[in-house]
Amino acid sequence: MIKLFLSLLKAFAVGGTICAFGELLVLKTKLTPARILVGYIVAGVILSAVGLYGPLAQFAEAGATIPLTGFGHALVTGVKHAVQEIGFMGVFTGGLTSTSAGITAAVFFGTLAAMCFKPRPKE
Amino acid sequence: MPDTIELKNRPRLIAGAAIAGKKEGEGPLGGVYDKIIADDLFGEESWEKAESRFYYTAARTCLEKGGITPEQTDVLLGGDLLNQIMSASMAARELHIPFLGLYGACSTMAESLCIGAMLTDGGYVGHALCAASSHFCSAERQYRFPLEYGCQRTPTAQWTVTGAGAALLSGDPSQPALCVCTHVTIGRVTDMGIADANNMGAAMAPAAADTLRRHFEDTGRSAVDYDLIITGDLGQVGHDILMELMQQQGHPLDASRYMDCGLEVFDRETQDVHAGGSGCGCSAIVLCSEILRRFQAGEIRRVLFMATGALLSTTTSQQGETIPGVAHAIVLEADA
Amino acid sequence: MFDKNSKPSPKRQAQLDRYKQLVDRISPKSALGQGLFRAWWVGGFICMLGQIFLEIGRGPLGMINSAASTFASTCIVFLTALLTGLGVFDKIGQYAGAGAFVPISGFANAMVSPAMEFRREGLVLGLGGKLFTIAGPVLVWGVSASVAVGIIYALITL
Repeated sequence: MIKLFLSLLKAFAVGGTICAFGELLVLKTKLTPARILVGYIVAGVILSAVGLYGPLAQFAEAGATIPLTGFGHALVTGVKHAVQEIGFMGVFTGGLTSTSAGITAAVFFGTLAAMCFKPRPKE
Repeated sequence: MPDTIELKNRPRLIAGAAIAGKKEGEGPLGGVYDKIIADDLFGEESWEKAESRFYYTAARTCLEKGGITPEQTDVLLGGDLLNQIMSASMAARELHIPFLGLYGACSTMAESLCIGAMLTDGGYVGHALCAASSHFCSAERQYRFPLEYGCQRTPTAQWTVTGAGAALLSGDPSQPALCVCTHVTIGRVTDMGIADANNMGAAMAPAAADTLRRHFEDTGRSAVDYDLIITGDLGQVGHDILMELMQQQGHPLDASRYMDCGLEVFDRETQDVHAGGSGCGCSAIVLCSEILRRFQAGEIRRVLFMATGALLSTTTSQQGETIPGVAHAIVLEADA
Repeated sequence: MFDKNSKPSPKRQAQLDRYKQLVDRISPKSALGQGLFRAWWVGGFICMLGQIFLEIGRGPLGMINSAASTFASTCIVFLTALLTGLGVFDKIGQYAGAGAFVPISGFANAMVSPAMEFRREGLVLGLGGKLFTIAGPVLVWGVSASVAVGIIYALITL
């Protein structure tokens, strides 16, 4: 029970901090959200490549994998894994294999939502 | 040549109509609009068609109030914010009035009034109908993001008004007028290097200051000669900047006799619109309701109506271009 | 303006600088502390929700770690799609900023919202064509960066 509570706390603290840093970029720089997201995913790729993101993901689990940097981490883990498995061509297969669930889910649920719901004006 | 044209025959503004959306109807001026449309789609299936119906309804209502049929109207002038000014064009398709589509971004209402007043003054048309519209939802999807996209609005951002306004000008001196048009000042495009599309007030304020200064110099008047100086949609930021710029230029404005439609149309305390309202519809619905009402009530005798436009497109914005601004002004006076 | 090499005259440049200072002075600023706090707690909450799904997958559902992690992301994506459809997520985004768009919920919202918005322009070019307009850059640069990393990794290890 304490272990469960601790894992939730860690996810909250690490995930929240990663998001708050993003907000700091929004408020203190002229960067648009789109640029920040691209920056985040590339940062995730680089941090993962140099071996810094893996330990963080082990420590905080969802706190590190749910933010977009985790997406970059998943791309790199997938690529490394595929290179070990099938050699050089793994460079091209690994990334999207390991991230396919998130992308597929967003495409499918997005389509479904667009069929079921209409956008509504803001108040 | 001065930029200000004096209209010797004093074309008459004989009717005005303002059709507003739900949020505008809940604003401080909710009681003075001709119609408030609670359904943002106005019974149509797209935001674009809804906006066009706002435009059409404003035009029809205005003609009815003026007692003029579309057949008797010699020209329809105006536009909106959408690409290829489709709202106005689709409405003009239904109205069958000779149509000149105008694009001046949020300055469109003043631009169409300026041209309409000159055409009428010159005797080229008997009746000119001037109209402009904007719609929050159609503008949002074209200029910013999908409605359901979760992004933050910056404190300087403004809220596009859903609504349309129309004014009917006549050259016939026997018709009773709400007010008459006496001077027109056509604005020059001014750019002071603002590139932030979320701070349109700052992009447009220098154009407003420039047009205002030229108008004062051309006519030999100053701010005290007007009961009210009305800007279109500078919002809180642009309002404050214009006050400061006019002070620097030696033509200070009196805050109690200067009003910005973007600050009048919404209650900024309760309606979460940040710096205020914007869009072609903003100045159009305020002019065609509240300002005309004040003329009718005899509260004002002479005003300068100056709508400002930020002439940006999403393409040039993404390419990093700064925002050209423009402001057109027209003097309205009570019929002597 | 049309001469690429021309610079504004010093007088004009001084004017532009002065105006920029005036704009900066008058434009209201976002509240920093409040923005950071909101992003922190909403972002943290979404990640914690992910962790709950992960624990559910790992415990009662008996999944291995990687499957449970995928399960958690998919659940968040599904919930975001639902909240976007119901017209709630844009309000969360307005409140929390990066707290809503940095987690995978932001990625999902960036795909669902244009699909809904441009549905009117048809199922193929509207819904289908616009699905990736906002989220596309993230995939383009993420995948490209991962391929670059992969090439280096392959050259070192193979």
